Amino acid sequence: MSESAIDLFAPAAHDSPSKNAATTTDGRRVSEPSKSKDGIALEPQSPLMETRGLCFEAGGKWLLRDIDIDIRSGRRTVIMGANGAGKSLLLRLLHGLVRPTAGEVRWQGRRLDRAARRLQAMVFQRPVMLRRSVRGNLRFALAVRGIGGSERAERETKALARARLADQADRPARLLSGGEQQRLSLARALSTSPRMLFLDEPMASLDPASTHAVESLIEQAHAEGVAIVLVTHDKGQARRLGDDLIFLHAGRVVEAGPVSQRLDDPRSPAMRAWSEGRLYLEGE
Amino acid sequence: MSDFGGILGEAAGLLVALDPDLMEIIGLSLRITLVSLVIACFIGLPVGALAGAFAFPGRSALIVLLNTLMGLPPVVVGLIAYLILSASGPLGPLGLLYTPVAMIIAQTILITPIVAALTRQVVEDLHLEYAEQFASMQAGKIRRILELMKDARYSLLTAVLAGFGRAISEVGAVIIVGGNINHVTRVMTTAIALETSKGNLQLALALGIVLLLLAVMINAGVMALRAFAERSALA
Repeated sequence: MSESAIDLFAPAAHDSPSKNAATTTDGRRVSEPSKSKDGIALEPQSPLMETRGLCFEAGGKWLLRDIDIDIRSGRRTVIMGANGAGKSLLLRLLHGLVRPTAGEVRWQGRRLDRAARRLQAMVFQRPVMLRRSVRGNLRFALAVRGIGGSERAERETKALARARLADQADRPARLLSGGEQQRLSLARALSTSPRMLFLDEPMASLDPASTHAVESLIEQAHAEGVAIVLVTHDKGQARRLGDDLIFLHAGRVVEAGPVSQRLDDPRSPAMRAWSEGRLYLEGE
Repeated sequence: MSDFGGILGEAAGLLVALDPDLMEIIGLSLRITLVSLVIACFIGLPVGALAGAFAFPGRSALIVLLNTLMGLPPVVVGLIAYLILSASGPLGPLGLLYTPVAMIIAQTILITPIVAALTRQVVEDLHLEYAEQFASMQAGKIRRILELMKDARYSLLTAVLAGFGRAISEVGAVIIVGGNINHVTRVMTTAIALETSKGNLQLALALGIVLLLLAVMINAGVMALRAFAERSALA
């Protein structure tokens, strides 16, 4: 179905140019290899998660086509694109909430299964708060994972401190502000010790102070080794929180690579138009 | 009007004096209704929750059936229960006809669809909100059902009380299978019908007042609970 995967963590700089570049599904070179902050090319790793020929069709329309991407452990991947490009759908496919029409999602080289999905967590744009206390929400997530007793109490305390909600532990969660709910949602997701965290525009409707608080939590999770996959529309946020960028247009990956590089120098017409704030219509 | 005032006064007198006949009828009504309600909840809550939370073959047919049965005519239920429980019916040998048990069976048949259909709607609405979060957390089916019912508890209470209201005010089915036998199967509604036809309006009105008071108390209780739940963001 697809010709080559988009490797967001491509081989080292001394490799041949053809190896350095990540390619889109149509074989186009779209990026240079990822480098660390001091400019040294990073060693390639085997991907934590990869997709091969991932497609999704609904109502006779292909919403995602030929998605081949690799996501590596400990990296922060940002998925961007215009409305309707398929960003949230891709996130749901990666997390196993939706079954692909064709292709597959692989976790550490194997098909994504229940055991692998237990190593992931997801935070949605609109935080889903159960109708119970802040602590009750945390307790539920831990109970589902079979964590009880003193370990659960310990994790609850840690999550409450992480979300800075310890003083509101017994308050109904739905009475929290939007920012507090999203912090709780994130802390709840992280309380299960995931290796990969999917974030579907979690700061979309938050004020700057709340956004900063949530971003801090994401940074903290990343520092603890959690791989982050974030959907956002915000270029500044992508620069702050992302290492690698995937740009989707009409259900296809049209650009991928290091965030700064791709945002500074978009090569695909779709991303260039989006970056310049122009509408981009197919066939333009 | 003066007649009505006099009857009302005498009815109030019966209530204040805790008239033994009156209390017996009220007690039997409550016992039959509460037992029916417990059985209806035992069946209707899980069936409604399953239909609300999960897709399975025959789900649509089940929902259509439940919604249809919500409007089941009580006299038809009474007739069916009568045929089943009568001497020539399949349960005839048990000798349940014209006993409180027969009335419980008829009332349970009547209110189980109400409890199940309302539960289905409440759980389905909540599940729409929780489904992706549950799927992300990989919550198992039994846990999902239990958590949905736990979080929907205040709304489910409305469903349960709707069942109670239907059962306590039911007359058609219970009079067919109960026979309205004095000191055995006479409940408030059947007694009101009988005493009115006999012209004993004081007792009929006293029972009517009790029914009305029960309805007011139930509605006030539900309203207070829902207000509390909404204030606490638990509903």
